Amino acid sequence: MKNVETILSEREKILGRIREALKVSAPPPGSHDETSAHSTTESPASHAREWLPSVGESSAEQFALFTKNAADLKADFQLLASRAELPAALKKIANDEKWSRFASHGGELSNFASASLGLPVLETDKGYDVQEMEKCDAGITECDALIAQTGGVVVTTRSAGGRALSVLPPHHIVIARREQLVADLPAAFALLQQKYAANYPSMISFITGPSRTGDIERILVLGAHGPKKLTIFCF
Amino acid sequence: MSFVSEFKTRASEKSRDLRHRSVIRTALRSYEVVRDKRKAAFQSWESARQAAAETKWEAINHLDEHLVALTSKLEARGTKVHWASNGVQAREIISQILRDKKARTIIKSKAMTSEEIHLNHALEKEGFTVVESDLGEFIVQLRHEPPYHIVFPSMHLTRGEIKDLFQKELGDAPSDSPEELTMVARRVMRQKYITADVGFTGGNFAIAETGMISITENEGNARLTAALPKTMITLMGIEKVLPRFSDLALFLPMLATAGAGQPMTCYNTMYSGPRQPGECDGPEEWHVILLDNRRTELLADAEQRDSLHCIRCGACLNVCPIFRNVGGHTYGTTYSGPVGAVITPHLRGLQDWKHLSNASSLCGACTEACPVKIDLHHHLLQNRRNASASEPAFFERLAYKIFAFVASRPVLWSFAKKFGRLTQPLQRLVTGGVIDPARQWTKTRDLPPIAPESFKEWWAKRKESQAE
Repeated sequence: MKNVETILSEREKILGRIREALKVSAPPPGSHDETSAHSTTESPASHAREWLPSVGESSAEQFALFTKNAADLKADFQLLASRAELPAALKKIANDEKWSRFASHGGELSNFASASLGLPVLETDKGYDVQEMEKCDAGITECDALIAQTGGVVVTTRSAGGRALSVLPPHHIVIARREQLVADLPAAFALLQQKYAANYPSMISFITGPSRTGDIERILVLGAHGPKKLTIFCF
Repeated sequence: MSFVSEFKTRASEKSRDLRHRSVIRTALRSYEVVRDKRKAAFQSWESARQAAAETKWEAINHLDEHLVALTSKLEARGTKVHWASNGVQAREIISQILRDKKARTIIKSKAMTSEEIHLNHALEKEGFTVVESDLGEFIVQLRHEPPYHIVFPSMHLTRGEIKDLFQKELGDAPSDSPEELTMVARRVMRQKYITADVGFTGGNFAIAETGMISITENEGNARLTAALPKTMITLMGIEKVLPRFSDLALFLPMLATAGAGQPMTCYNTMYSGPRQPGECDGPEEWHVILLDNRRTELLADAEQRDSLHCIRCGACLNVCPIFRNVGGHTYGTTYSGPVGAVITPHLRGLQDWKHLSNASSLCGACTEACPVKIDLHHHLLQNRRNASASEPAFFERLAYKIFAFVASRPVLWSFAKKFGRLTQPLQRLVTGGVIDPARQWTKTRDLPPIAPESFKEWWAKRKESQAE
C-alpha cells in the first residue's frame, strides 16, 4: 500500500506545482503581432493542409507525387494494372532474392499474395515464434493508407499483422488498393480517427521509406535495424 | 574545477582543433542544404511555425489538464503510469520494475531523458546489462561518453575512428565504409531485441486526446524495442504533450524538416497501450514514467515558459556559431547548444550554469531556426540579467562604478585620457601576458590605441585657429 500512496502523492505534487506555476499567465506566441494565423475558436493546427507541401488536386497528380516521393525515399513502388499482375511481380522478387520462407498475416490481400508464392509462410495472427520470424526473408502486410504527400504508408497492429511483422524481416512488402491513397497527412490522421476512434490499435506506425541511418558521417545507409527494402504494390 | 572554467578550457581546446572543426562543418553544411530544400517545399513554413507555437502554447499553459487526460486514457487501456519529481525517483521506479520482472538485459532506443537522469550508469551499477540500440548512441556507449548532439549522437566521429572502435570493442570491422559498419551494428543488435527482458524508449509527443505516445526514429530500433521484449518502459518529460491526435499531422513533418532536413522521419509510431486483446504481439506490460525534474520551475517562469515548447529537433544547435566552434561535449550538459544554454540554468542551477548564456553572440540564428518559435536569444539575455540580479559580480560592478564616476566628471575624464595616452605604450610591452592589467581582453583581441587627440581637443583647436 505504501507504494500506491507514494505514486499518488508524487502525481499530486507534480500537478500541484504545475497549477501553482500556471497562476501567472504567459503571453500567447505572436500576441503582439496582429496577423495571428488562426481564429481563437478553432485549433491552431487545423489549417495544416494549407501550409504543408502541396499535393495537387486530382488522383493522377497524387499518384504521380506518391511515385516520386517513394523513389526519393528509395522505396520500390509498383503500380499494377490489376490484382492479376501481383503473383508474377511478387514471384520475381522472391526469385531474385532467393527467398526460402516469409511471414504474413491473414487478410484478403495478404492471403492472396501469400497463396501466389508457394513458399513456407509464418502467419502471425494467432501468435508466433519470434526466432522463426527472424529467419524469414520478407514480411508481407496490408496497410491502412498510402500518403501522397510523404510517399509513406500507415500500418497498425490490426491492419499489418502485429508490431514486428512490418519491421523485423529484412524486406517489407506492402499490398494496397488504389483507393487507399490519401492526399496528405491531415487526411491520414482523419482516416485513422474515423476508422479506429472507438478502440485504437495499440500501435499505429507511419512508415516513410525503408529503415535508414545517417549516424556515420551523416552518410545515408539503408537497413539500419528495420527492413533494408520496402516494396509497395498497389492495384 | 568549476563548471565555468571547465567550459572555458574545453571551448578553447575545441575551437583550435582543426580536425573537429572540419568534421562538424562538413556534417552541418549538408544539413543546411537539405533542410532549406525541405522548408521550401512547405506552402508556408512560417504559418506552420506560428501554428506549432500556438499549439504548444495551448499544451503547456493547460499542462495539468492535458496530463490528467493523457494519464486516464493510458490507464484505461492497461498502461501503468508513474510520476517522478526527480531523477532519483525515476531511477528508483525503473530499478523496481526491473527487479520485479527479474530482468537482466535492457534494450534501449534513444532517450535524452535517460541521459538527463544518468540512467545507464545507475542500472549498470546494479548489475543490469544496458544496450543502446540507436547506432549513434551505440557508438558513444562503446566509447563511454555522452551523446555529442541531441539528434546526431556520434556526429563528431569519423568513419575511421568508428572502424577502430568496432575493431577494438567488437572485434568486427570489415572496412571503414559506413554501410558495412552499420551492418556490424545491425548484426550485433538483432538477437538482443529478441532476448532482452525489457525494452526502454523515450517519447517525442504525448497525445492527451487519445492517450498515445508518439516515437520518432529512422532506424527501426525503437519499433523493435517496443515490439519484442515482454515489458516496455517509456520515460518522458511532462512537457511533451500535444492536445490533439491531428496535431501530429503538423508536428511530425516539422520535426523531420527542422531536425534532419527530411520530409518525414522514417518511423513515426503512436503507442496507446501494451498488447491489447486480439493482438498477436507487443509487450504484456507497459510502464510510462512522467518526469518533472525541475521542468515545473521553468514553467513557473512565465517569461521563459515557452522554452518548454521545445521538441528537441536540434535545429538551434546546428545553426549556432558557438556550438559549431566549441562542439557538443564542451557544454558539459545533457542538452547543449542554445536551448541547452537557456534551460540548463533552470534545471541545474542558475549560478553554476549562467556562463552558458554568455557563450553567445546573440545573433538570433537559433530563434530563427526554431520550428516552435522559442525566443531563444532573448532568453539568453534574460538569464544574464537574472544571474547578475541574484548574485552581482563584485569586481564588474566596482569597475563600472569607477568608470561612471570618472566619466561624469570632465576634469577627471580629461586627465584619464592624458594618463591613458602616456601609459598605453607601457601596456604594449606586456600585452596578452600575465601582468597585463587588460589581459582578459588582450589575450584574444587587440586593444586599439587611444587617439592622440580627442574630439574635444580638436574642436577647441579648430575654434582657436578660426578666431585668428
